[in-house]
Amino acid sequence: METVIIILAGVLVTVATYLILSKGILRVILGTAILSHAAHLLLMTMGGLKRGGVPVIGEGNGTYTDALPQALILTSIVISFAVTAFLLVLAYRTYQETQVARGLKDE
Amino acid sequence: MISIQLAIMIPFIAALMIPFLHKKLPRIHVGWFVLIIPTVLFIALTRFIPSIAEGKTYLNTVQWIPSYGINFTTYVDGISIIFGLLITGIGSLVILYSIYYLSAKESLHHFYSYLLLFMGSMLGVVFSDNLMVLYVFWELTSISSFLLIAFWYHRKKSRYGAQKALLITFGGGIAMLTSFIMIYLMTDTMSVREILSVIDPNHTLFIPALVLLLIGAFTKSAQFPFHIWLPDAMEAPTPVSAYLHSATMVKAGIYLVARFTPVFGSNEIWFWLVSCIGLITLFWGSFNAIRQIDLKALLAYSTISQLGLIMSLFGIGSIAHQLGAGENAILYTQASFAALFHLVNHSTFKGALFMVVGIVDHGVGTRDIRRLGGLMSFMPISFTIALIGSFSMAGLPPFNGFLSKEMFFEAVVNVSQSNLFTLHTFGLLFPIIAWIASVLTFVYCMIIVFKTFLGPHQPEKLEHEAHEAKIGMLIPPIILAVLIIGIFIFPNLLGDYLLRPGLASIFPSLGGMYKPISIWHGFTPALWMTIGVIVVGILIFRIQSRRKSLYFPPGKWTFDQLYNSTLEQIELRGFKITELYMTGSLRDYLVYIFLFFGIAVGGVFLLTDAFHLDLSSNAPISLYELLIVFTMMVAGIAIIFAKSRITSILLNGVLGYSIALLFVLFRAPDLALTQLVVETVTTALFLLCFYFLPKREKENSMQKTKRVNIVVSILVGVIFVSVALSAQSGKLFESISAYFENAYELAGANNIVNAILGDFRAFDTMLEVIVLFIGGIGVYTLIKLRAKKEDENVENQ
Repeated sequence: METVIIILAGVLVTVATYLILSKGILRVILGTAILSHAAHLLLMTMGGLKRGGVPVIGEGNGTYTDALPQALILTSIVISFAVTAFLLVLAYRTYQETQVARGLKDE
Repeated sequence: MISIQLAIMIPFIAALMIPFLHKKLPRIHVGWFVLIIPTVLFIALTRFIPSIAEGKTYLNTVQWIPSYGINFTTYVDGISIIFGLLITGIGSLVILYSIYYLSAKESLHHFYSYLLLFMGSMLGVVFSDNLMVLYVFWELTSISSFLLIAFWYHRKKSRYGAQKALLITFGGGIAMLTSFIMIYLMTDTMSVREILSVIDPNHTLFIPALVLLLIGAFTKSAQFPFHIWLPDAMEAPTPVSAYLHSATMVKAGIYLVARFTPVFGSNEIWFWLVSCIGLITLFWGSFNAIRQIDLKALLAYSTISQLGLIMSLFGIGSIAHQLGAGENAILYTQASFAALFHLVNHSTFKGALFMVVGIVDHGVGTRDIRRLGGLMSFMPISFTIALIGSFSMAGLPPFNGFLSKEMFFEAVVNVSQSNLFTLHTFGLLFPIIAWIASVLTFVYCMIIVFKTFLGPHQPEKLEHEAHEAKIGMLIPPIILAVLIIGIFIFPNLLGDYLLRPGLASIFPSLGGMYKPISIWHGFTPALWMTIGVIVVGILIFRIQSRRKSLYFPPGKWTFDQLYNSTLEQIELRGFKITELYMTGSLRDYLVYIFLFFGIAVGGVFLLTDAFHLDLSSNAPISLYELLIVFTMMVAGIAIIFAKSRITSILLNGVLGYSIALLFVLFRAPDLALTQLVVETVTTALFLLCFYFLPKREKENSMQKTKRVNIVVSILVGVIFVSVALSAQSGKLFESISAYFENAYELAGANNIVNAILGDFRAFDTMLEVIVLFIGGIGVYTLIKLRAKKEDENVENQ
């Protein structure tokens, strides 16, 4: 399972990189969003997948999946959300001021 | 006796006080106060002469950075006292001269502050025993020289000359610093005296240190091919040219060579470099001097040439280090003695000549040889001084230059007969080059006298009417002229009291033996060479003066041209290279970053052969999960190909929700919840943006860019996957998460994830809240700023 998820994350990283390298500013932001998805998946996988019950005491039969990566991902999701929101507003404002929605200097 | 440290610091302290004096007492020319300092120092230094002549030396240490072995140590011996007396003596005369030369309208406090700064640092250079302190003072002389050359900073040429001098002498200074560090590495001491006894000539750093030290000395002393800064430094006021660029600073390099001859002199390379560069400089300087039309430029090239002469004599003198003690060695130490003798002589006659040129310039408003002539009847005293100075420089009796030139010829004749260092093959070149250069020297000396003071007077070409200078301006060159004749009459007085101890410092093992100077020394080859110089020189001068124009333009290939084009090219290339990679396009920088990631991480990964795959610990795969993974892959790849923007936003939503589903399957309910909410809000934001942005333009980038993007993304993806797989396969330690499973006992919580977030690692959560907070403020400010800006625009209208 881990291998499959890692390959999925790799595909997402490739897609994200490609999007970040493109001209449209919205595509760049989409790329960063996808990159954070890949990072979250990687964090999850590195902790090992499905080795027990939900990490809530009393549930399952006494073994739990690793809770630490979950806490880390939760923190990360919130932070990447804040950054994405800010970037989106920034793109929106930049377009309003300059009428340019590209990440390139010329053209 | 006065402490030498104090003597070095006095000019610095005085330099600080000069501006105040200038402001408080505006009616007195501030130069009079300055004059006291070098005079007092000169008298103080003369009191050292008798004891130095008896062979005593003085060492004095003031601690500065003792933990690094850097102390302000001064050492007074034969060589340093010669230089010390030159600096303070010529310094007093130059300051006296400058009082009459500079009008009170100039910014005198600047001038004298810089000059005192220079004097103090020059004294520091010659009296320092510590390498690092010597270097500090060395650079201070460069800086103060820079300030003095650009004294009339509103002139473009002054600024150019100052920059050139600074670049070249600083380049040499850095080479010298490198050499000093190497010497320290070899000997473990910073003291010049101690280096002598401990240095190992077979050390691998010995030769590099030698060469770098000589580069430092050659740049400072304007040796070939670093001589180009000196003619441009003539934009400085004439007292500065007389003081710095003929008598003192340019001799700092000579001092360095003399000081380090006992250390490096036994090496063949030292002899060849010093004597050959010296001879080339001697020839090149005299050759260029006769082509000049500006008197100061002529004197600049003649300084270069004379410095080359002194340098080559020190080179020849170093042969004595090979021979050890004995009669033979004395034959060559005589060359070093001649170098010291000519050093003093050159300071006297060159100082006088510069002052005379300054007087002429001051009097008639030009230094152009083509406009001058017939000034003898108007300026009889200046004419006499110029005559004495020029004839001394040309090497004619009864002036001191005659004696040093004879000794020079003797030395080059001796070296041609030496059988050391394979000299028997090239030895004959020494006297030939020296003789030709002397003929040229004779010619330009004649030009100075005859083109300026004799010949037709051309009053219509002069700015002022010709008249003799004030007596105050004439006193310093008169004193120097008297010295020129005095040294000729009593050469051994100077030799015994000053030069012999100096020689003893250069050749510690020989103890300063030398043949006394005799004015008449029989019909030696040297005398015949001098007679030849005079005859041929007069012939060439006569042919020269028949030509209407003395000046023939320099060709395309000069060292000035090389210097200028080098600077130009560096600037141009630097600009072009920067233009090449600093394109201003975000995409290019991202490509650099990704490529660096690929090369650094991928390269290390390949080099260390780190790939490792172990599937045994993998969890089993279920159909649901596979389905979701498949959906995500398809959605991800589809984003790239999505034609419209809304499709890509929706596909991103698909990705987000699928991850939420994966979180559910991987037993992470909190994550799934958060992910759902966040993804919903993000998608809403994307849609909001989408609404305001213009219709998407087609990605009409070139095929090449597209291909590069694809390659880079695949590279990044592949490296990501391989590193992740290898890391995942090789678990080294057990997880620490077992500790967090005691959440109920430790924190009173059932939900472990929440216990970690709110209790075990609550610090993270706090900061994450702050991030969210700042993000919110950022969004708010961004939107609010617009309104404000519009207000401003209204106000501006």
